[in-house]
Amino acid sequence: MNQLSEKQHMKRTKRRLFLNRFSKSIFMLSAFFGLFFLAVLLVRVVTEGIGSINSDFLTGKLSTQPERAGIMGAILGTFWLMLVVAPVTMFVGVSTAIYLEMYAKKGRLVSFIQTNISNLAGVPSIVYGILGLTVFVRVLDLGNIVLAGGLTMSLLILPIVIVASQEAIRSIPSYLSEASYGLGATKWQTIQRIILPAALPGILTGAILSLSRAIGETAPLVVIGIPALLIPFPGSIMDRFTVLPMQIYYWTLDASLVAEYANLAAATIIVLLVALFILNSTAIIIRNKFQRVF
Amino acid sequence: MINHEFTKADKVNIRDMIDQNQRGNSIRRRIERLIPIFLTVIASLSILTTIGIIWTLLFETVEFFKRVPFLDFFTGTVLKPLSQNPEFGVLPLLMGTVTSSLIAMAVAAPIGLMAAIYLSEYASPKVRKVVKPVLELLAGVPTIVYGFFAFTFVTPLLRDFIPGLQATNILSPGLVMGVMIIPMIASLSEDAMSSVPNAMREGAYGLGATKLEVTRKVVIPAALSGIIASFVLGISRAIGETMIVTIASGSTKNFTFDITQSMQTMTAYIVEVTGGDAAAGSTVYYSLYAVAMTLFVFTLVMNLIARAVSKKFREEY
Repeated sequence: MNQLSEKQHMKRTKRRLFLNRFSKSIFMLSAFFGLFFLAVLLVRVVTEGIGSINSDFLTGKLSTQPERAGIMGAILGTFWLMLVVAPVTMFVGVSTAIYLEMYAKKGRLVSFIQTNISNLAGVPSIVYGILGLTVFVRVLDLGNIVLAGGLTMSLLILPIVIVASQEAIRSIPSYLSEASYGLGATKWQTIQRIILPAALPGILTGAILSLSRAIGETAPLVVIGIPALLIPFPGSIMDRFTVLPMQIYYWTLDASLVAEYANLAAATIIVLLVALFILNSTAIIIRNKFQRVF
Repeated sequence: MINHEFTKADKVNIRDMIDQNQRGNSIRRRIERLIPIFLTVIASLSILTTIGIIWTLLFETVEFFKRVPFLDFFTGTVLKPLSQNPEFGVLPLLMGTVTSSLIAMAVAAPIGLMAAIYLSEYASPKVRKVVKPVLELLAGVPTIVYGFFAFTFVTPLLRDFIPGLQATNILSPGLVMGVMIIPMIASLSEDAMSSVPNAMREGAYGLGATKLEVTRKVVIPAALSGIIASFVLGISRAIGETMIVTIASGSTKNFTFDITQSMQTMTAYIVEVTGGDAAAGSTVYYSLYAVAMTLFVFTLVMNLIARAVSKKFREEY
């Protein structure tokens, strides 16, 4: 056996202990690096944009003059877009989840649909944009209106809603449904009156989180072709529209020409982040307050 | 004693009730039969989406390759879609995509992995409970915000250190994209490492190993499949990322290894073409689909690899 003198041994142990302590601090720094970056980003955005936020900016129309520009149109556009995305994804997502969890026999078809859904979740958002451009804007000839954008966005976030709803339904213990069957209820009655109410908080949390993804998503809408032009406020889902991220995009591109546009972009980012913060907090509140642990 | 004799009126009522009940039952039965059919139709929408994506891409891509030879597209180093003599080589775009993804992974892989090690092996439950959600906030920030940050803050900052850096370059969006991917890698790797059973760690501690040695020689090898899968998914995410590179890397179709230059990625090219007025039916228009198809295949292959890796090499404890 390889014998070490006591001195060598001490030296080696010291080295190992030093490495151990040293690496711990490196690992810790890595974990906190993200937080540091986030803090810098927020400080930067707020200092750049807070000066531009006032009631005129929030309620005004877009304008070619930076000092007169407002984002009411983009706020309304985001609102109308969500009015399409939320019901469509909730309906399709929850229905698909019910089918997969309650009706489908475990077999090839189910695992095929399941694999398909997780593959769809990995498709880049810009590819959905091309699908939307081709199918909704061109083939169905809707043009670049709220409905076309909303349907495209719905397809994009659908995999997230389906998976979240599936998890929510799966977490309902079987004794609840068995008790319902035992009282003579049919399958659909059980789903309708027992499972869905119990799974609702989980489903809503997932749906809200995926909506917050849709609100910040830009790429598919760029592809569909949201104009940088000054368009009237959208009043229905058949109107042309712009949304907050699109406005950030155009103003960031213009920032190299006119410096004030960077401030407008930052101010719009603040509005967008506040909206996201409210949505996410709502999701967390619903999860903590209404979700029962069975 | 209970009187078992019913009056005539009572009998009629019960008959009615049974009839009513049966009628209700038959409606209910019909609903019970229709609901699964209805749900199956809706569930097949996800398959329809996949078919829709592949069909749209394939249809127009075939049209593109009727005009531009397959080999010219995949070996061409010049992309000049709008010039008099247009050339459609995809290599400049591939170069941009690969370069930006590599830069992103150079940031995200080490930092994400080390953050995962800290969260899984070192942090107290209390710290983990705070740090993890905040790290996930980073993943929730819209990519357009990262794009803005890369373009208006990171690039000017880097230009102080790297004199030759262009106003639009591939380095800055690559770095920012890396930060964006950190939470994804950290969270997936942490899941893999947390699922390594404690008995394995304790065995190594019993032999006198330090925490670092346990992590390096026991936990990471045991969780390797999950860690690799998280890296592959990170690459796939970087390849598909659009807004950061579109804003901060510009639209110069450079075929170069110089990361201080502007380079266009596949995603940014799609944005440029759809944002312009490429007339439907022109070769430029079809090139959009060929590039999108390449992008789609790239990310699909990455996702399949990630799934295969985490399935095949998963050790059961």
